[in-house]
Amino acid sequence: MWKVRGWLSRRSYWTLAAAGLALPLALWATLTAIGSVNRVFLPSPYDVIHRIATWFRDDELLADVGISCFRVIAGWALSALVALPLGLFIGTFRVVQALLEPLTDFIRYMPAVAFIPLVMLWIGIDEGAKVGIIFIGTFFQMVLMVAEDVRRVPMAQIEVAQTLGASRSEVIDEVIIPSAKPALLDTLRITMGWAWTYLVVAELVAANSGLGYAIIKAQRFLQTDKIFAGILLIGAIGLLMDQGFRLLHRLAFPYVYVRS
Amino acid sequence: MSAIRCREVSKLFRDGRARVLALENVSLEIGEGEFVTLVGASGCGKSTLLRLIAGLDELTTGEIEAGGAPVLSPGADRAMVFQNYSLYPWLTVMRNVKFARQLSAHTRDRTSVDVEAASGRAEALLGLMGLAQVARAYPSQLSGGMQQRVAIARALMTRPHILLMDEPFGALDAQTREVMHDLILHVCRLEGCTVVFVTHDVDEAIYLGDRVVLMAPRPGRIDSIHTVPLPLRRTLAMKHSAEFLDLRARILERIRETSGLRTDLELLEKLSKYASA
Repeated sequence: MWKVRGWLSRRSYWTLAAAGLALPLALWATLTAIGSVNRVFLPSPYDVIHRIATWFRDDELLADVGISCFRVIAGWALSALVALPLGLFIGTFRVVQALLEPLTDFIRYMPAVAFIPLVMLWIGIDEGAKVGIIFIGTFFQMVLMVAEDVRRVPMAQIEVAQTLGASRSEVIDEVIIPSAKPALLDTLRITMGWAWTYLVVAELVAANSGLGYAIIKAQRFLQTDKIFAGILLIGAIGLLMDQGFRLLHRLAFPYVYVRS
Repeated sequence: MSAIRCREVSKLFRDGRARVLALENVSLEIGEGEFVTLVGASGCGKSTLLRLIAGLDELTTGEIEAGGAPVLSPGADRAMVFQNYSLYPWLTVMRNVKFARQLSAHTRDRTSVDVEAASGRAEALLGLMGLAQVARAYPSQLSGGMQQRVAIARALMTRPHILLMDEPFGALDAQTREVMHDLILHVCRLEGCTVVFVTHDVDEAIYLGDRVVLMAPRPGRIDSIHTVPLPLRRTLAMKHSAEFLDLRARILERIRETSGLRTDLELLEKLSKYASA
């Protein structure tokens, strides 16, 4: 049972996964049910569900979810659009790596939140600014991860193509890109999670809708149940997207999952 | 005419401030259709020499010619088989073998007759290598021996004049290796290609080679060249013949002499006394 990297049946895995999710929920329910905690500090699960229901009925929950999803996906997609080709070049050519990687490492450590005033100054305070913050938060990490994925393509795979007569562009198109693809999709999945963590920060900027904005507003009125609702919704959407990526991975790269 | 000609080849590696002379003044001629094996202690530059012939690394001084033309870069006339991790896991066995066919170097003046001939050749190579049953499988579904057979079939697909092999059976178990030896001898004779084969296994070097090139380290150089005194068609029984065993003993002795590594028996004795005390 405690064998290092041991095997676990599918059924046991999902039973444990369900227990892992249910246990904190049960603990939370009991804690609030016995009334030992003030509801302002810790609302009950029922309060939170109730809040989600009224939010859905009276407060346009779906619009908030929609606009937040749009901002996250737009910032993430924009960052992928630039990071994928750039990371490919950094991971393939040492010249580009020398030119750009130290610079990226430098910017990567700067806090995205600190860019808010600059982003407002440069882009303004409409949708572009929110997408911009998410872009800044995701892009610099993503470039480095893409470059690393590309560098992990075994040298033997590249050299075999060369000795079979492949040109430089054929090595990139026919070997490096297809070889790195599964790892790249994983990188996109992981960075999508990071993009979500920047949502609240992004919606600090003159927003009047969105899940992050709702959390900030609820904080002002000490609506703890709504803060809980917002956080849990973001978690649920993230989990859903993550599973979507995993499914896509299985469908797009069946050879990764076949065993003899 | 010789298929490969190396003239006074040297290779200097620079690693920061350290300089390593991986090859010094290596001259070697390999005849058309010859099977030459390179052996030697680690660090003798046998893989380096192979990579220089392949055009994967640049030589520091000297000259290498393949098929009469100087080697400046990798080319389709010199296919290479690596020890492992060289198959494309996203392609089936059949598409791995056909990989080269899509490259522009092989599609420039291609007619529909060529295309048909090519798919016939892919099937023929798979059959020859005993891979017909697994043509649609992915590499990860195959054993190590089968994977190397795919790699060899892929290298032979474009009819290279020269086949370069860098310890291709190094990761296989002894039984599989024996089967692969007879297979590779058979296939290379059939294809008529010139083979340069790097190994650290002396038995393998003698069994496969028409000539065994023995290399020595620090700096990497050719120590001696031995013509194998066995008939062209090798059989397992020859591994017990006097000629085989004699050559084997001489080569092993020479590798030991040149490796610079010696088991210090005195030190071992002292250590074991110290441990028991």
